Order: sequence, then C-alpha cells, then structure tokens
Amino acid sequence: MNSKLDLIIVSSIKLSQTLICWLMFKKFSPSSDVAGHTPVKSSVQRAIRGTVLSQWKIESETLEAIWPKKEGLVHVKCREHISIYTVHGEPLLFQHFDGPLYPTLRILHKYPYILPNVKVDRGAIRFLLAGAHMMCPGLTSAGGYLPPADEALPAGTPVAIYAEGKEHAVGVGITKLSTEEIRNVNKGVGVETVTYLGDDLWVQNSL
Amino acid sequence: MAPRKSRNREPSPPPAPAETDASPQVEPTPPVQVLYCSVCSYPPEYCEFGEHLTRCKQWLHEAHPDLYEKYYSDEALQAKIGTLSLQAQEKLEKDTAKKEAKAEAKADAALKKKMASQITIKRIERNKRKYVTTVHGLEAFGVDLKKVAKQLASKFATGSSVTKNPQGQDEIVVQGDVSDEILEMIEDGVGLLKGIPTDNVELVEEKKKKGTE
Ligand SMILES: [Zn+2]
Repeated sequence: MNSKLDLIIVSSIKLSQTLICWLMFKKFSPSSDVAGHTPVKSSVQRAIRGTVLSQWKIESETLEAIWPKKEGLVHVKCREHISIYTVHGEPLLFQHFDGPLYPTLRILHKYPYILPNVKVDRGAIRFLLAGAHMMCPGLTSAGGYLPPADEALPAGTPVAIYAEGKEHAVGVGITKLSTEEIRNVNKGVGVETVTYLGDDLWVQNSL
Repeated sequence: MAPRKSRNREPSPPPAPAETDASPQVEPTPPVQVLYCSVCSYPPEYCEFGEHLTRCKQWLHEAHPDLYEKYYSDEALQAKIGTLSLQAQEKLEKDTAKKEAKAEAKADAALKKKMASQITIKRIERNKRKYVTTVHGLEAFGVDLKKVAKQLASKFATGSSVTKNPQGQDEIVVQGDVSDEILEMIEDGVGLLKGIPTDNVELVEEKKKKGTE
C-alpha cells in the first residue's frame, strides 16, 4: 500500500519534460497565461468538428447541441502551445500543440460517454486532485478499472478518469502505455492527467 | 463520395437494417445535469477531498438532505472506504482535516489583510484651480477597477481611467475635484463600491509641486 503511494508521490516530484506540459492546468491564470482570443475561421471550425467526431464517441446531433454550427468557436491561445476553444465564453475543448482534442471536465460530466473509461482506486484520488499522474497500480488494484483485453486502448488515447466509489469522472487523461501494458508492467505512470477536478481550468466557467 | 453506383449488384440482397436505422433524424442526447457543491464546486461526492468539508456538509444538509443521507450516513461512510485499508482511510481523514484547517487559516489571514488595507483618495492640484482625484487601493476589496472608473466617469460626467502610478500599482484617476463625493459614495456603498469599510479610507491632498509657497 505504502509503496504504491510513494510511487505516486515520486512521479509528481520527478517532472520529466513531457510531464511538465501535461500538467497544463495545475497553475494557470487567464491574466498571465492567455495570449489572446481569436474567432476561428469557418474552414478551421469544420476541420475541428470533423476531428471531434472522429476522436470522441459523440453523435453529430449532440455535438451540434453543445456547439451549434452557427455559433462561432473562439480560440483562446495560451502559453506553452495550449489552445482552449470556447463557445459563448464556455470552455469546450482544448489541445496541446496539435495533439488530441480533449473535452473539458465539465463537458465530460454532461456527456460522460464521449471518452473511454479507466478508474483509479480510492487511494489514488487525493493524489490526482493534487495534480499527479496516475500510476499503474492505482488502475490495476481491486478498486481500479481498465477496459478488458478485447477493448484494450493503445497508448496515447484520451480517457475519462473515474474513481472508486464515485459516480462522476474526476479527471481527463491520456494513456501513457496501452491498457494491456499497464496491466502487465504495473509500475510507473499509466495515465497522464491532463485536467482534473479543481484545477485552474475547472474554475474557469468562462474564458 | 457517391455510393449510388450499384455495380455488380447481387440479385436479392436483404436490406441491411443498419441502413434504415441511420436515415431518421437522430435526436441529440440531453446532457447529464451534474450537481456541484456551492461551497467547493466539486460534485458533492468529492467534497471529502476538498478544503471545506465542514461547510460543504452543512450546505448539502440544508440544500439536498437526501443526498446528504446518501453520502454521509453511517452506511455510506462504511461503504465508501472500499478497497482502502482502514489505516489509509484514517490518514485520509486526518489529511482532510488538516487541509481544511489550513484553508480556513488562509482565508482568515486574507480577510484580515483585506480589512486592514488602506484606500487613499488623493486630491491633486494640477494647475491653478484644476484638480485630479486619484483613488488607490480599491483592488484589495475585489472590485474591478476598470468598472469602477467607468461608474465614476458617468456619475461625474468627467474623464476617469485606470493608470499605473510611479510605483507600478493600478489606481483610478478622475478628472476634477471629486474626492469628497467619492468618499460619500463609499460611505453610502453606491454600486460597485458596496461593502467597502469606510474606516479604511483616507483623504489626502497633494499641492502642486513646482509652485513656490
Ligand atoms: Zn463541497
């Protein structure tokens, strides 16, 4: 038990370069980190809409309800190549460089099926809420969950992070290893946390 | 792009059911309405990990007694420990209490600092009988300086803006001598100036520097 917790602590201290970019909303303040707001060109909006439809499990009708075609998407450009996209000021999705498009946690709460799920055990929750990445043992222990082998996820898949005994997702992450590797290797970071309950993106109801 | 061409069509393919399903208008799936704690902003099931558990519980108890029962009844507390060892659960509770005490102390200190911070209304003589009035220190009370400047501009029908003073701090500069009026507005708590303690306000005067006495 203890060694597992220690591993998680170590991971949050030992920040490798990739980790730094992924802890993108642990410290984020609109006044200093937002470079500007630009309306997105309609051709680019079409491309983003297409990407969302291919990367998330969402019907175009539902996406249309969240983000109507006639409403302009606004690109909120932030430091470290982070892009947040808003509709009427409400953050909807975000992206690091040209990586996958993540829903904000608030959007995920409204549409919980758009990303595949993993679950961490109760012991890992407080580390996640402190901004740590999720270690394999927290996902493979009795309280955790990974998709079965026939629905295995490759490394680099955006996932909803659920927590033992809780109904709603606690964060959004990206698999660092495939879910089968997480199971077999069972040590080190399994899922990198991208945004989580209470981080500096969570508190931005409007940007 | 056009799947109309029907080359090599099999004599009698049974109509695929998926095809007919796809054509009717699909209704958007309505969003799940998640309740958020009005104290810590988490879904209430996560309040136990926040910094204000005592206040969160109080709020939930009053606003949603059924949910309070769901999350904090003895059975619920037993059940949620889940796979966590008793020892780890105790540690978690201790940590939560510590976090809460820390957050409370921080909030207290912030409030004290706020109540102690000074607002200065300064009347500055520009030349002969022309004055500007500056208001310094309002931001400590959480008001939007730009909006206050606008409020003052329309109230006095004069120029009013937010500028940096030589020390690099933001202050409001209003054209004209309106220092007494601004003090009155703070006393009466007009508009955005509501809730600012009058005791913290100081009126000062700055004479023209160049002039010989
Ligand atoms: Zn709460």
